[in-house]
Amino acid sequence: MKKGLGIRQYTRAYDLILMSIPGLIFLLVFKYAPMYGVIIAFKDYNLVKGVFGSAWVGLEHFYNLFAFNEFPRVIRNTLVISLMKLVFGFPAPIVLALLLNEIRHMVFKRTIQTITYIPHFISWVVVGGIFMDLLSPGSGIVNRIIVALGGQPIFFMGDGWWFRGVLVFSDVWKEAGWGAIIYLAAILGINSELYQAATVDGASKWRQIWHVTLPGIRATIIVILLLRIGNLLDVGMEQVLMMYNPSVYEMADIIDTYVYRIGLGELRFSFTTAAGLFKSVVGCVLLILANAFARRIGEEGIY
Amino acid sequence: MQETKGEQWFRTVNAMFLSLVSLSMLLPFIHVLAKALSHDRYVLAKEVTLWPKGFQTGAFEFVLNNKQFLISFGNSIFITVVGTAISILITMFTAYPLSRKIMPHRRAIMFLYVLTMFFSGGLIPTYLVVKGLSLTNSLWSLILPVALAPFNLILLKNFFSSVPDDMEESAKMDGASNLRILFTIYAPLSMAAIATISMFYAVGYWNSFFQALMYITDRNLIPLQVYLMQIITDQMGMDLANAESMMNTAAESVRAATIIAAVVPILLIYPFVQKYFVKGVMLGAVKG
Repeated sequence: MKKGLGIRQYTRAYDLILMSIPGLIFLLVFKYAPMYGVIIAFKDYNLVKGVFGSAWVGLEHFYNLFAFNEFPRVIRNTLVISLMKLVFGFPAPIVLALLLNEIRHMVFKRTIQTITYIPHFISWVVVGGIFMDLLSPGSGIVNRIIVALGGQPIFFMGDGWWFRGVLVFSDVWKEAGWGAIIYLAAILGINSELYQAATVDGASKWRQIWHVTLPGIRATIIVILLLRIGNLLDVGMEQVLMMYNPSVYEMADIIDTYVYRIGLGELRFSFTTAAGLFKSVVGCVLLILANAFARRIGEEGIY
Repeated sequence: MQETKGEQWFRTVNAMFLSLVSLSMLLPFIHVLAKALSHDRYVLAKEVTLWPKGFQTGAFEFVLNNKQFLISFGNSIFITVVGTAISILITMFTAYPLSRKIMPHRRAIMFLYVLTMFFSGGLIPTYLVVKGLSLTNSLWSLILPVALAPFNLILLKNFFSSVPDDMEESAKMDGASNLRILFTIYAPLSMAAIATISMFYAVGYWNSFFQALMYITDRNLIPLQVYLMQIITDQMGMDLANAESMMNTAAESVRAATIIAAVVPILLIYPFVQKYFVKGVMLGAVKG
C-alpha cells in the first residue's frame, strides 16, 4: 500500500467502507464478542452478575475438567472417532475421484457424480433418521437381511463400537461424493502431455495413476489433509447429537455434545466454556504444527 | 490406444463398483418413500422394501394437514428465504470492497474474517451473546449469528478479483459509484458464484437444527428439522425401551412421509444450481 495518502485513502473509498459495515458489525457481535466472552472460562459466571461482574477463579475450571475422568473420556472419544473418520473418510474421496476419472462415458460419469453429491445436501436429521431406520433392531432392513441369512440381529445404535462404526460409515456415505469434486477439479488441471508421454513410454494405467495423477493432485491432497488435522477435534456435532442416545454416551460423547449437554442442560457455563476453549486452542496448535510440518517437507501449506 | 485385458477388466469392475456406490445412495431414499406410500400393516409386518405395498397417500395427507408440520415448514421457509437474501447481500457488500485495491486495510480485515474459521469463542459464549441480545425464541437467532460464512466470502472475493479491472475503470470515468458498479457490472458477471453460494446458504439454513435446539423453546418457532428430529428420536426412544417390540402405531409411514417432505424442497432446487458447483468449489480452493 502506498504511504502518505492520509485521509484521502479513506475519502475516495468511502462508499466501499460503508458497504463493509454490516459485515463488520456481524464479525464484531457474533464472532469477536464471543471470543472475548471466553474469559468466563477463568471466572465463576453468574447470570445476574454477567460476564464482567463475575468473580475470577483462575484455572479452577480447567483443574476440575481434568480432575474427574469424565472429560478425559470425552477427549478420548473425540480423538478415537475423529481418527477413525480420518482413516476412512480422508482417502475415500480421493479413491472415488480416481475411479470417476477413469470413466470415459460422459453421461454415465455425470450421472454418478450427480447422485453421489446428493447426500451432502441432506441434513443430518434426515440422514441420521434414515440410518437409524435402516439399522433398527426390530424393523430395520439391514437386520432383516442379517436374520434372513441366519444371523442374530445387531443392535447397531446401542453398542458403543458398532455405533462408532455407524458414525464413520454414515459420514463417508454422506460426504465422500462431495469431497471428490475438488480432486476431480485438480485432476482436470494436470497437463495432458504428461499422460501422452507416459503412454509413449509404455506405462500401464496403474503406473499412470501412480506416477502422473497422484503427484499431480499432491498439493490438493496435502491442503485437505492439513485442514482435516486442524479440525481434528470437530467430529461433526450435529451428526452425533442426532444419532446418539444415553446407552452409548460412554463411547460416543464428544467434546461438542458434552459442552452442549452439560453447559446448557445443567447451566454450567464457565465449566463448559473452559472445555470449549481447550478444544479451540488444541485445534489451533494442531493446525500450526501440521502446517509447519508440511512446509518442512517442502509443501506450500495453507498459510 | 490399445487396451490390455487387465484394463478392460478394470473398466468393467470400476463401472459396476461406482454403480453400486450410487445405488447405495439412492436406495435408502427409495426405501423411505416406499414406506411412506405403503399401508402401515405391511410396514409393520416388515414387508416393504423398495416398492409400496398396500398403496396409500394417507400418510402424506396426514403430514400436510398436521398443524405442527405446517408451522415448522413455514418457519423453515422463512429462515431459508430471508436468511439467504440477507446472507447474499452481506456477503456481496463485504466481498466487493475486499476485492478492490483502493480499500484501506483490506488484508487486515480479510485476516479477521479468515481467523474465525480456525478459532472461535465456542458454543457457550456465543449462546450468551445471542441471549444477551434477546434474540432467543426469535427466528432471527437462526439467521443473524450465521449470516456470513467466511468460506463463501473467500469464494466470492476471489471471483470478484478475477473480473478484469478495465470495466470498472470505464464505469468510473462515467461517474458511476462503487455501489452502482457492484450491482450493474460485478454482480451480473458473477452469477455463477452468487448462485453457488446462494445454494450453500439456502441448504445451510434449511438443514440447520442445532442452533434451533439451543435458541428456540417456543413450539410455534421450531423449524422443520427440529420437528423432524423430535418425531424420529421419540421413535428411537421406543426402540431402545423395548428392542424387540413393534408397538408403534400408525407412526411409521407418517414419519417416512415427513422425512420425504423435508427433503423434497432441496431436491427441487438442486438441479438448477448443480452445474455451478465445480466452478464454485474450485474458486474457493484458490487461496484467499
